[in-house]
Amino acid sequence: MAEVAIVGAGQTAFSRQCGVNIRELSFEAFKEAMEGLDITAEDIDASIICSAPEYDKQRSPAGLISEYLGLTPKPAFYVETVCSSSSTGLRVAWSMITAGLHKTVAVIGFQKMSELSSREAAERMGRGGDIIWESPFGLTMPAGYALYARAHMAKYGTTEEHLAKVRVKNSHYGASNPKATYRKELGLEDIMNSEVITSPLKKFDCCANADGASCTIVARGDVARGACKIPIWIIGLGAATDTMSMAGRESLTGLRCAQEAARQAYKMAGIGPQDIDVAEVHDCFTVSEILAYEDLGFAKPGEGVGLIEDKQTYVDGKMPVNVDGGLLSKGHPIGATGGSQLRTIVRQLRREATEAQVKEPEVGLVHNIGGIGQYGNVTILRR
Amino acid sequence: MGFENFGTVSFTTEAKTADFINYLESGKVMATRCKQCGTTYFPPKADCPDCLSSEVEWFEVGGKGELRSYTKVNYGPTGFEADAPYTLALGEFDGVQILARLSRDIEEKDIKVGMSLTVSPVKLPENRLAYEFKRA
Repeated sequence: MAEVAIVGAGQTAFSRQCGVNIRELSFEAFKEAMEGLDITAEDIDASIICSAPEYDKQRSPAGLISEYLGLTPKPAFYVETVCSSSSTGLRVAWSMITAGLHKTVAVIGFQKMSELSSREAAERMGRGGDIIWESPFGLTMPAGYALYARAHMAKYGTTEEHLAKVRVKNSHYGASNPKATYRKELGLEDIMNSEVITSPLKKFDCCANADGASCTIVARGDVARGACKIPIWIIGLGAATDTMSMAGRESLTGLRCAQEAARQAYKMAGIGPQDIDVAEVHDCFTVSEILAYEDLGFAKPGEGVGLIEDKQTYVDGKMPVNVDGGLLSKGHPIGATGGSQLRTIVRQLRREATEAQVKEPEVGLVHNIGGIGQYGNVTILRR
Repeated sequence: MGFENFGTVSFTTEAKTADFINYLESGKVMATRCKQCGTTYFPPKADCPDCLSSEVEWFEVGGKGELRSYTKVNYGPTGFEADAPYTLALGEFDGVQILARLSRDIEEKDIKVGMSLTVSPVKLPENRLAYEFKRA
């Protein structure tokens, strides 16, 4: 199998309102990813554009962004798995390179959520479920995760305070991340006293809508070695789905799509959870990070809260997780999020994460989930 | 007649499973079963992907179910603002699971994962129709 590496990874600052359009937003991420590489836009053979539809009036954004980045007439197309779109984009890029179709591919994720009001965005996300059978009841993304939170509490005794501790950690790291939307440290009381959005999840248990873009430049091994000093190798990929409807879910205490994606990625990489030095997990809600600890095998089912209680997921703990602040601090511009997670792991493995650097990591993991656990993606990277 | 009056806001109308609405109007919550392999479906499917068959039959989701999880939604999305707060729940019945709201007759302090439920049609304002869970 061909070697495939990430050579460049960039993102814009994530913010509540970026004040620019989606092509300009994408350029900022592309610029950061390309800077310092010994290749130029001319060397990029194809681009994969990733976002969730219905936020912009622009239809078919792939052609638009490809043109703005000077990639025309190279092939460009759109992929979508809602919140995990850019991880899916990476998977497709890897496949095209491995198949011999292209040598270098740009994966660009973007979302300008400020085009819509918060309620309108919630309605769009609600329609990311089953629109005949479940959306008409007023199902939202936080409500779906709240069902998981309540079930986890009922089965394992997880408490709202346990969940709040995830936000305490992530807000701590978010405070020093210049790309994050929220850069304020939050204490346990701030979180526990915030208004209830959908019980048991409160305002500070939830990530915020944001504008942002990310870019990942992926290349065949020989090209990667010539293009950058430290290629970051893609050694494990896993992807899986669960039912669109909540009614189809067998388990409410873990995400089956994540468990299956993790199994595939570990198998492909020939390693296990104990070999991961640093991880980015999809903490769209505090409970999502606890579920991720368990679904990825960092803790046994029901024992995820132990990791946060013992501060083992802090930067100097046994299993550092989301030491860039996570989605909870950075904000969650849907299509851009996976690329932002990949960028953090690339920076960690290159030991460039000056704000919060894990000590000499060799192997990192990205866990990126679409919807209410409909799409699971796990990527393992090695220095 | 399809799903145009189903739930607080409906997003689509036509479906081969539109008979569900006729049953709902007559007081029954129904699921489908493949006549060939016997697999049961809720949400109801008109087609069985295993058998590639569209020969399905309706059966009523009766009897007692169990509450698997719930959440009280305080912040309704566009179109649902007037409904909030409402409590969404996932109930498990004989062979199928259903997402619906809990009846407002159940007080919040009495809601417990594992409690017994029934599911039945409920009339909403402006001639709209849905189903909800009641305490068994």
